[in-house]
Amino acid sequence: MTTTEQQIDKVLIPILEQVSDPEIPVLSIMEMGVVRSAIIENNIVKVEITPTYSGCPAMDVIGDDIQKALLDAGYQSKIDLILAPAWTTDWITPKGRKALEEYGIAAPLDPIADKEALLDEKRIVKCTNCGSQNTKLVSQFGSTACKALFKCDDCQEPFDYFKCLK
Amino acid sequence: MKENLYKYILGIADNSLILGQRLGELCGHGPSLEIDIACTNISLDLFGQSRSYYQYAAKLKGNETTEDDVALLRTEREYVNLLLVEQPNRNFAHTMARQFLFDVYHILLLQELEKSHDLTLAAIAKKSIKEVSYHLRFSSDWVKRLGNGTDVSHDKMQNAIDALWTYTDELFHQTDADKAMIAEGVGVDITKFKDSYEQKVAEILTEATLKVPENKWFQKGGKQGIHTEHLGYLLSDLQYMQRTYPNMEW
Repeated sequence: MTTTEQQIDKVLIPILEQVSDPEIPVLSIMEMGVVRSAIIENNIVKVEITPTYSGCPAMDVIGDDIQKALLDAGYQSKIDLILAPAWTTDWITPKGRKALEEYGIAAPLDPIADKEALLDEKRIVKCTNCGSQNTKLVSQFGSTACKALFKCDDCQEPFDYFKCLK
Repeated sequence: MKENLYKYILGIADNSLILGQRLGELCGHGPSLEIDIACTNISLDLFGQSRSYYQYAAKLKGNETTEDDVALLRTEREYVNLLLVEQPNRNFAHTMARQFLFDVYHILLLQELEKSHDLTLAAIAKKSIKEVSYHLRFSSDWVKRLGNGTDVSHDKMQNAIDALWTYTDELFHQTDADKAMIAEGVGVDITKFKDSYEQKVAEILTEATLKVPENKWFQKGGKQGIHTEHLGYLLSDLQYMQRTYPNMEW
């Protein structure tokens, strides 16, 4: 199945929203867009999740956490990891982007601006601490596969930037 | 079992696993913290990709074979990775030159594999391509930075490129499994993008004020399981846990 549409049973949404990304605890897996489908079939919930990055070690934990949350709500479940369609940062919801920023991770820019920030070292990524755009790239790779490391030259704080993946 | 498909998958997966292990060796040993993190990030991407391939290969093999069996419990001659990716981290220039020479190839391969009739392989390729474009940015930036840097950094990068050049022809050698898979519309005809590869590599090397090596004597054998001495040592590290504690799981 290669639909980009999510198919999620409405009764399951509040349960799945309780499960957070272990690397970014303020963000629920629903806001990350990693849950691609969740349907109830013969009293078993079938969930399909997709990894942000291939090697993301959070995926196994996310699978376990989903099973636990569903079990607490009285559902047995089966989790499948799917690769197509590939995850994109476009699937992070507006609420998710806001949560990222508040947590201290700058939300992904559009692909062109992202390239300018990461390759041409243009000062366009907004500091999550003071809002200044007087920021510079410290490292293209950050604390997790999905992030780059930046530093603000106004307030001097370092912060993460969530790289655009499209 | 689909023998050719299984072999074909290993031909791609082993490159990611072995190069991932080489980069992982730099964890805590990178020349600076940022580079250390970058190399281990790239390693993680490659391990993740190889894991997707090995899960698929294990499924083909059946008989309750697991991804770990395929990834970790083969003997040296059963690994079919390119000789290039098993070469050691002699110095940072070597590490980046090896990465660059592989990344250019890796992207070209994935761009074709994305169109494979095999939907699993196509999906893995599509996913991986996004990650590998970050890898290529990083490695080509360093080739340019060292090439355009001081006399010392320039010479180190030139020496690294010269030393690794002998392993680049093997990238385009076809195995019987490759040919069988191309015929089925599953595999990628790597010979088709040899010119694009050489062009792209030459372009970056020129920008880095480096010379494209002229030697025409090339090493081969990795795809047939005949490796350089370095692979054995790498595997003894990589396989330690599974050999010492059989069937262990995380």
